Amino acid sequence: MPVVRLRGPLRQLAGDCSEHRIDGGSVGDLLLAIERTHPGAKGWILDERGVLRRHINVFVNGERGGQDTQLAAEDQIDVLPAISGGER
Amino acid sequence: MTELLVGTKKGLIVLEGEPGSRFDITARAFPGEPVEYAMRDPRSGRILASVTSPFYGPKLFSTDNPSGDWDQAEGLALPPGGDAALERIWVIVPGEEEGTVYAGGDPGALFESRDGGATFELNRGLWDEPTRPRWQPGAGGLCLHSIATWPGDPDRLAIAISAAGIWLTDDRGETWRSGNEGIVARYLPEDTSGEEVALCVHRLRRAARQPERLFMQFHGGVYRSDDAGRTWNDIAAGLPSDFGFPLAVDPADPDSAYVIPLNADIDRVTPEGRVRVYETRDAGESWTPRGDGLPAEQAYLTVLREAMAGLGEGPALELYFGATSGAVFGSGDAGATWSEVHSHLPPVLSVDAS
Repeated sequence: MPVVRLRGPLRQLAGDCSEHRIDGGSVGDLLLAIERTHPGAKGWILDERGVLRRHINVFVNGERGGQDTQLAAEDQIDVLPAISGGER
Repeated sequence: MTELLVGTKKGLIVLEGEPGSRFDITARAFPGEPVEYAMRDPRSGRILASVTSPFYGPKLFSTDNPSGDWDQAEGLALPPGGDAALERIWVIVPGEEEGTVYAGGDPGALFESRDGGATFELNRGLWDEPTRPRWQPGAGGLCLHSIATWPGDPDRLAIAISAAGIWLTDDRGETWRSGNEGIVARYLPEDTSGEEVALCVHRLRRAARQPERLFMQFHGGVYRSDDAGRTWNDIAAGLPSDFGFPLAVDPADPDSAYVIPLNADIDRVTPEGRVRVYETRDAGESWTPRGDGLPAEQAYLTVLREAMAGLGEGPALELYFGATSGAVFGSGDAGATWSEVHSHLPPVLSVDAS
């Protein structure tokens, strides 16, 4: 089962847990599952359209991924704020 | 003791002090995050703050203690499945009924809370307004930045959107009508239709004791309405510039308004290197510069639309404004004299006084 790793406020909002083992076919499926399980995280990673926020990056096994990236059972997904978000 | 909630590009700064004196920082919250607007609801005593994380999107939080824990409000989102997302929450305003709070956001979205700001619902009447496809965002987005309640009547609201003009409701937001007659936009052709709504209102304030009167700072123009926002008259004659953002009123005097002119839309700084607030006490017939105590030379400040607030009324009216330079200025005598309340803050986005 893929594992999603969260840091900082996302970890806190997701039950103060940094690793989440979730079944799902794509990165987007897993992020939606996290929102469903932890309503406090709703709107922080995906906006109300269900689109990954512009300055949130997703890495799958260390490689840049996206919402549509398909996953295998042992994949490791990191959700991180992008360095570009701090321009202001 | 007066409390100022100063929203800055790098967090919320809470200042406390006596009118006319220098204030001290008593709290800082949301370090590093842009705090667009914060206000203390005089009914509940709770502070509500809108925060636009560049990473995690716009959120609204509330607390009794700015140094303590904050609770995130629910419901501040656009309808799921659409093609737009909420970009920013520009302003938070107490309503006329107990527990009612309004929040205005980009893209032209009005939210209403009935529980003091814990949960919000999108106003569908405005969201579904048939002219919405013709609304145009200004440089700051399609921002709903001004919400003017009608004292004692929760059914009546006037709101302003940049750049979609003035919108009025008499049925608590079920239906809306535009209120733009008399506004002249220099950035539109002279023969533009009177139905045009691409009007860049910068700030709207209602005269509390004569609520059919409204004052407006426009993108090139200062206007007054005496018929609850249906028609507008230009009252900018006598100002060094008709461009600017903030606007304040003395609640005791329906003929009063304060503006801070900036040079022009292409040069958004105080004219002639002098910082002056302009006051009218005759409903815009004449304007008087109020600069005693403000920087009088080599001072090119930018003051944003939410960055001016008043507290009290009459001769003891307190006025405060902050600049993107990080300076906050205050007056404890209705603008007659000024002093620097605090300096060296991050760029100031908003000021609220309580």
